[in-house]
Amino acid sequence: MLLNKPKRDMAEINGSSMADIAFLLLIFFLVTTTINVDTGIGLVLPPPLDVDATPPPVKTRNMMHILVNAQGLVLMNEQPTQVVDVKQKLKDFIKNPERDPDLSESPQKAIVSIKTVRETPYRIYIDMLDQVMGAYAELRNEVSLSNYGRPYSTLGKEQRKIVGDMYPKKISIAEPDKD
Amino acid sequence: MAQFKKKQAGTKQEIPTSAMPDVVFMLLFFFMVTTVLREVTLKVRIDLTEAGNIEKIEEKRLVSYIYIGPEVLSNNRLGEDKVQIDDAIVEDIPAIRKLMYDKLLEEPRMIVSLRVDKDSEFGVLTDVQEELKQASAFRVNYSTKSKN
Repeated sequence: MLLNKPKRDMAEINGSSMADIAFLLLIFFLVTTTINVDTGIGLVLPPPLDVDATPPPVKTRNMMHILVNAQGLVLMNEQPTQVVDVKQKLKDFIKNPERDPDLSESPQKAIVSIKTVRETPYRIYIDMLDQVMGAYAELRNEVSLSNYGRPYSTLGKEQRKIVGDMYPKKISIAEPDKD
Repeated sequence: MAQFKKKQAGTKQEIPTSAMPDVVFMLLFFFMVTTVLREVTLKVRIDLTEAGNIEKIEEKRLVSYIYIGPEVLSNNRLGEDKVQIDDAIVEDIPAIRKLMYDKLLEEPRMIVSLRVDKDSEFGVLTDVQEELKQASAFRVNYSTKSKN
């Protein structure tokens, strides 16, 4: 009777071409993807100056003035310096192992002030900034190796903070003079 | 006569392909997620400089770009240094303040990636940085290529 109804085949969508479709899409996205990580020198800009506020007093010995002029020459505390020497000089200044009264009192107090003029070539500025970052990176790495026995980049968050506080990056970007 | 018949394995020598669509789909999703389809069309020339001590920006969502470089004119000549944000050249430098401030409100942890041509001068960048300071977008990143 009714139960004897012939069993119908289930309607099926042919799935064999699914792989082809997926491949097509895959190849499209493979071709259009660019996995490029953005790399660069990170920096935190200082807040804008208040007109009325006087800048906090800083001992001159704790300040390292770096000036890059229009010709791309670097002056560190009035002394002409090659760009490649900036790192070593800065390390000496921050660490001051021989307690030189002209260099910074302690790494925590050292401030690097970077000044440029409007005509400074950007490339030289970046080269110089690279040296400054390199100086801090090497100092932090030294501490990290002696304290924890491994490089700074492998440290955990808290250890990074401890090492970072020993050599805080105090970099100020001064405004160029108005001409 | 005794005949030798070649012995044949009873099983079929086939790789099961039924899981292939799944594998392909998995790859597909990976690439779909990582793809950034919309690239800005640059109206200025950007040839980045190199640096050694660089860091990676892991979270691309946070980044907003500012391009500074000589404007590309017709027949491949280069013009004055110009600032480009998103798809348009910004002639009015003080307008950057409002632009960046609005972006900062949307994403408080915003990082401004400054992509500056290596042959440009610092002057334009200074003006832009000044506006960034006023917009309190303090986190910047000078985009460079890796030296090694």
